[in-house]
Amino acid sequence: MSEQTRTTTRQDTTRQGRGVGDSPRRPDGRQKVTGEFAYSSDLWLDGMLCGSTLRSPHPSARIVSIDITEAVRLPGVFAVLTHEDVPGLKTYGLEHKDQPVLAIDRIRYQGEAVALVAADHPETARRAAARIKVEYEELPAVTIGRHALDPDAPKLHPNGNLVRHVPIRVGDPDATAEVVVTGEYQVGMQDQAFLGPESGLAVPAEDGGVDLFVATQWLHVDRDQVADCLGLPREKVRITLSGVGGAFGAREDLSTQVHACMLALHTGKPVKIVYGREESFFGHVHRHPASLRYEHGATRDGKLVYVKADIVLDGGAYASSSPAVAANAATLGIGPYEVPNVVVDCYAVYSNNPPCGAMRGFGAVQACFAYESQMDKLARTLGMDPVELRQNNALSEGSRVITGQVVDSAAPVAELLRLVKERPLPPARSPGPDHDLRSLPGGVSNTTHGEGVVRGIGYAVGIKNICFSEGFDDYSTARVRLELVGGEPVAQVHTAAAEVGQGMVTVLGQIVRTELGVQQVVILPADTSIGSAGSSSASRQTYMTGGAVRAACEAVRAQLGDAELKEPVEATVRWHHRPTCTLDPETGQGNAHVQFAFAAHRAIVDVDTELGLVKVVEIATAQDVGKAMNPQAVEGQIHGGIAQGLGLAVMEEIQVRDGMVKNPSFTDYLIPTILDMPPVKLDVLELADPHAPYGLRGIGEPPTISSTPAVVAAIRAATGMDLTRVPVRPEHITRTA
Amino acid sequence: MRVTLTVNAEPATADDVWEGESLLYVLRERLALPGSKNACEQGECGSCTVLLDDVPVCACLVAAGQAQGREIVTVEGLADTDGALHPVQQAFIDAGAVQCGFCTPGLIMQTHDFLRRTDGVPADADIRERLAGNLCRCTGYEKILDAVRLAAGRMANQ
Repeated sequence: MSEQTRTTTRQDTTRQGRGVGDSPRRPDGRQKVTGEFAYSSDLWLDGMLCGSTLRSPHPSARIVSIDITEAVRLPGVFAVLTHEDVPGLKTYGLEHKDQPVLAIDRIRYQGEAVALVAADHPETARRAAARIKVEYEELPAVTIGRHALDPDAPKLHPNGNLVRHVPIRVGDPDATAEVVVTGEYQVGMQDQAFLGPESGLAVPAEDGGVDLFVATQWLHVDRDQVADCLGLPREKVRITLSGVGGAFGAREDLSTQVHACMLALHTGKPVKIVYGREESFFGHVHRHPASLRYEHGATRDGKLVYVKADIVLDGGAYASSSPAVAANAATLGIGPYEVPNVVVDCYAVYSNNPPCGAMRGFGAVQACFAYESQMDKLARTLGMDPVELRQNNALSEGSRVITGQVVDSAAPVAELLRLVKERPLPPARSPGPDHDLRSLPGGVSNTTHGEGVVRGIGYAVGIKNICFSEGFDDYSTARVRLELVGGEPVAQVHTAAAEVGQGMVTVLGQIVRTELGVQQVVILPADTSIGSAGSSSASRQTYMTGGAVRAACEAVRAQLGDAELKEPVEATVRWHHRPTCTLDPETGQGNAHVQFAFAAHRAIVDVDTELGLVKVVEIATAQDVGKAMNPQAVEGQIHGGIAQGLGLAVMEEIQVRDGMVKNPSFTDYLIPTILDMPPVKLDVLELADPHAPYGLRGIGEPPTISSTPAVVAAIRAATGMDLTRVPVRPEHITRTA
Repeated sequence: MRVTLTVNAEPATADDVWEGESLLYVLRERLALPGSKNACEQGECGSCTVLLDDVPVCACLVAAGQAQGREIVTVEGLADTDGALHPVQQAFIDAGAVQCGFCTPGLIMQTHDFLRRTDGVPADADIRERLAGNLCRCTGYEKILDAVRLAAGRMANQ
């Protein structure tokens, strides 16, 4: 463990164990450091073709005609396909099948896929795609989320532009209070920006089916959608997970999957599609931009009386997971606080902006920026310490959240805030000319030697639901086989859980070692020959597939009994978490969530108030993880999540103007570098959740949620400005925007 | 065109290279060395870092023809031929600096070049400055700093 981490349970760091609670090395680590690990973009087969996708240059248009004649003529081209060539269902989607595999007659966002090419060289494929003549008639576009529900807004889909409205009603909707603060907040469109671009290799099979090797988060939901669109029975579409270069939500929706399979089945040859970085920005969903209007009422001594919130999430052209994102933003919409009277209305809408869906934090991020900004504003109005105000209203075990659900495991909200507040502060910036420029905003650009630089401190705390909610039948499937190999017991584990970098393969091995007492564990490749593991998202996969593997180990142990292991023993288990309910459509009441997770952050920033440049000096955080299954991996998740939250606070935004993406590259879409990330001081609490395997609590998302408002609060403290929009840009601080 | 070069101390030849191809494309698609990663295609992310005549470069920014007759070392060439990992590779595993691992080959090449020119364990500010051209989306960089310090410490004690 690093020196900067404290835990509340005693860890024996000298023990080199490899079971639950230890930090064994990743089983794929050697392959990953030597370059041998096969990411989806590395796959290669003799005679394979390269696929390319033609995309719409317009955000809203009618397709008048498509002429592929010139593309087909180019030597080296094997296939040019349009919507007419989609063999099965022409549309797909996670919750509503509203997205065409290839545009049919209408374009709803810039970058929408129109046609496909397979050729013997990627450049030939790109050139052929450029020769496809598409005649468009541009149409009026809806490009501002708040305008999508206007009566005169152009309608994107037959039922209009509302994807979902989630209302929450608690107590008296007309409650009044002694102190009232209002605010309107904006969240820009963030990109997951995983480093490994979308890619897949489809191989036609002799049975008329297809084998697909792809980087994804959820093999079975891919399989079902691909089979439907290909018009094939599900067993003829076999998906194997290939190496995944990060995910963060962006691989929940389809990208190359159906396209590569269509080209492979059409040409009878293996076809690989790999997106470049620019295409990747158009090839996956993003985090919903949001417009959030809040009103908080409190007593003069700082007790919340009511919260009203009106949230609009711009889902872009297609639904993706917008309905679930809206439910999160609504049900988690006032934060980890007890409030007797609540009116929340959250709307996910269609627009002609890029489609938005899952990204780490999933609706909780947008709401947290707004409610935590409001808590700071309320504290200022009351003249109260912002941490004290939060602690006075904090949820705790036994509290009811605004859906009426009782929090029935640890909810140490006040304690997390105490821990970050009591962390010693980093040393003050040394005055004088001899300090290292690299520690200042602007760094070696030499924009300041300290003049105009002001330090600020900000706090935030957040709440996230873990696992899928609202009655979704969420389960994972695991097969564990124990046998003797060369006289030694060896356990094989087979699941369809997507290892996306988080360390699933490590933790499953730890669980098996702990449960079966074996040292040798083989994790088989994830594929669709076993039942679904559900998605590697919602911070759920260690909970769900970890739970399934543990249950399968228990079944193996039960089968074996007291007997000595001679013949192989095998068990397959489908494991569910406890059931959840849907939300009441009028009041938003219901036990919709499986588990809640909490984290708190303290950010310290130096701001060059003349140039608007921000240097985040340090982040302190505290998070309850229930059980640190792998302490090293827990720290890695928390550090990485904070980096993405910091990115949203001060730099990351897909800039969309009139439906057109202006910055689809890593030159113009900035993610934090190692210079931008400060040291992280981390407190890990392990307060077991009795309902969860090993007491664990999902860890991946909470770090991303409250880090953003903490950084912005610190910038506000340094500048005295309101700063109601993220990312905060230099021009906001210098008032030159 | 034909490009001949030395890769990981072995002579290599690529035929039918299109003039627009990058060194990265030739390594990955023609010489069966996919360890160097393609994540941005414009020199922003460092995932394709290789040594070109002993200098770290983004292979995506080097035209294939520019590599004619040059010496390249990729991540595949860093471990000993007997399979023993380079101390930087081992430190990345031990420190938990590898998550998805897509940035790892580039970071390892950059760190290797950094540490072989550095005595002892470098200061954090120096590590940060030197690795600022390598993006990582998973780790928040904390464990990467741990890995660099760990590797430097081990190499200093060798």
